[in-house]
Amino acid sequence: MTTTGRSSSRVGLAHAAKDTWVITRRNLLRNVRLPQLLIFATVQPVMFLLLFNYVFGGAIGTSIPAAAGGKYLNWLVPGLLIQVAAFGAGQTALGLTEDLSKGVIERFRSLPMARSAVLAGRTLSDLVRNGFVITLMMAVGYLIGFRWQTSFVGLVAGMLVAMVFAYALSWVMAAIGLAVKNPEAAQSAVFLPVFPMVFASSVFVPVETMPSWLAAFAENQPITVTVNALRGLMLGGDALPPGDSVAGTVLLSLAWSAGILAVFAPLAVRMYRRAVS
Amino acid sequence: MNPIVRAVDVVKTFGEVKALDGVTLEFEPGIIYGLLGPNGAGKTTLIRVLTTLLKPDSGEAWVAGVDAVHHAAEARTHLGLAGQFAAVDDYQTGRENVVMVARLYDLGAREAARRADEVLEAIHLTDAADRPVRTYSGGMRRRLDLAASMVGRPEVLFLDEPTTGIDPRSRIDIWDLIRDLVAGGTTILLTTQYLDEADQLAARIGVIDQGRLIGEGTPEELKDRLGGAFLEMAIDEADRPRGMEILGALEGEEPVFEPATKRISVPAQRGSGTLVQAVRRLDEAGVTFEDVTLRKPTLDDVFLSLTGRAAEEETAAAGADGGGRRRGRRSR
Ligand SMILES: Nc1ncnc2c1ncn2[C@@H]1O[C@H](COP(=O)(O)OP(=O)(O)OP(=O)(O)O)[C@@H](O)[C@H]1O
Ligand SMILES: [Mg+2]
Repeated sequence: MTTTGRSSSRVGLAHAAKDTWVITRRNLLRNVRLPQLLIFATVQPVMFLLLFNYVFGGAIGTSIPAAAGGKYLNWLVPGLLIQVAAFGAGQTALGLTEDLSKGVIERFRSLPMARSAVLAGRTLSDLVRNGFVITLMMAVGYLIGFRWQTSFVGLVAGMLVAMVFAYALSWVMAAIGLAVKNPEAAQSAVFLPVFPMVFASSVFVPVETMPSWLAAFAENQPITVTVNALRGLMLGGDALPPGDSVAGTVLLSLAWSAGILAVFAPLAVRMYRRAVS
Repeated sequence: MNPIVRAVDVVKTFGEVKALDGVTLEFEPGIIYGLLGPNGAGKTTLIRVLTTLLKPDSGEAWVAGVDAVHHAAEARTHLGLAGQFAAVDDYQTGRENVVMVARLYDLGAREAARRADEVLEAIHLTDAADRPVRTYSGGMRRRLDLAASMVGRPEVLFLDEPTTGIDPRSRIDIWDLIRDLVAGGTTILLTTQYLDEADQLAARIGVIDQGRLIGEGTPEELKDRLGGAFLEMAIDEADRPRGMEILGALEGEEPVFEPATKRISVPAQRGSGTLVQAVRRLDEAGVTFEDVTLRKPTLDDVFLSLTGRAAEEETAAAGADGGGRRRGRRSR
């Protein structure tokens, strides 16, 4: 079906880009029209930030690398950005399943629009949304005392790495959403992989404090790699485990994102084509 | 003239269920074709095959001269679909919903806005056009969904039960709108569970049951098969056999007893003439009866005449649930 779609003169690249824009806009509009969605999506990470900083900060503060400038908050913020990215990506699954269950996808599929536009538009609008939440987290973090130890460029680069990672995770969530199909099931299905991945990582505490079997997993999984990349960019090389370089960690994180995309984007697209038949 | 919609021996199974069991139909441009059938007959499945949403296991589907199975993308440029359940965004306004669909039909921004105004006007939603859809009633949502399906000026419009769950007045509004569209050159395939709707609108009717087309013709042809009206009444159990015998003798047509409603019905070719005669004869025989009515043929009667058995689902349950499983057969 798609081969003929692509070769047909109507369905050019410009056409696909326009359709993707129409869908992206439509999805973003939902955040504007139902601001409570965005508010809840932001309240939760901000609450995490405050709780972890004030509740655990004192206890954990002593075991973090010196590069954090002696403040748990400086260590925590880069980690929380990735936690936010991971949780936020879950919205991709929720949005898709909602459209599926309301028959909107069925309508889209009957229109002479680019087939890729629904998933591209969904992941793009979630990227914009994630960018917004990440920026807001950064601002709240700054207000309560977060200070980057490198340069402003390092800070922005860190945020970009976080967004690339969030975008890749969106495609994982798209596949999960298309697999479970209904919004209620998607609610729990997205948290299932995200929770252990987030907590068994360097988001909240250095992995060296974990039992060795867990640390072995935590050290090498993509969330830790990406959190470390952010810490390297925002706090400097000394924030990384001994022997790791900032550039190496950033590249490794980007490689993870690329790998996740390479596997899950085609998978999600294939599932989308079958989702409604 | 070449057919604008053509299905050839279409088969589609879902696991054990044969949703379409070799459907062949075709019709010419510029008409309304009514697909009539009870719950689970395969109406939605056939529409989904013709609108490229579903690949059939075998068979051909052609829309506006395009092979909808192998050239789906091109076929989609010729068709519009309003599915069985309104697919509109709650948080967008009515106008935004329609403009979005217009844009996805590849209209430019200005043209999309103009066309959206046009169809919203036609469907009497102009006043509510700038309200979020979440404030719309069920009927308004349905109309908006119709507006969206026609905004791209498709040559062929597929409407899956366009009036199910709509109040009688809006129903007539929608009928008018559908007639206007056809007058403007659009070809329409609509499904319905109501004989009177197909009768009102369609130039041709196909009757579908258990994935097969079991009858086809103009409304007149179908009704001719049925004769005019039906006589219905309730008779006490004790008198029932005698009553059935008398009713059967009226015009030589076998009466049918419906256990669920405890009512008996029999064709009444001569309308009130038959009624008067029935009442007189039952009275003379001392049979107690009550609640006598003369009614128009229903989908059930069409089925009875085409298949010799009743439709498998109450048409009254229409719209209660979409693709529900089949209930047991009604006994006669
Ligand atoms: N996606 C599906 N998966 C499994 N079975 C299906 C699917 N779609 C339809 N069916 C089955 O195929 C048969 C035909 O369904 P279809 O929806 O085409 O009927 P319909 O005539 O549209 O009925 P209704 O009047 O209830 O809308 C039914 O038995 C239904 O349960
Ligand atoms: Mg149906």
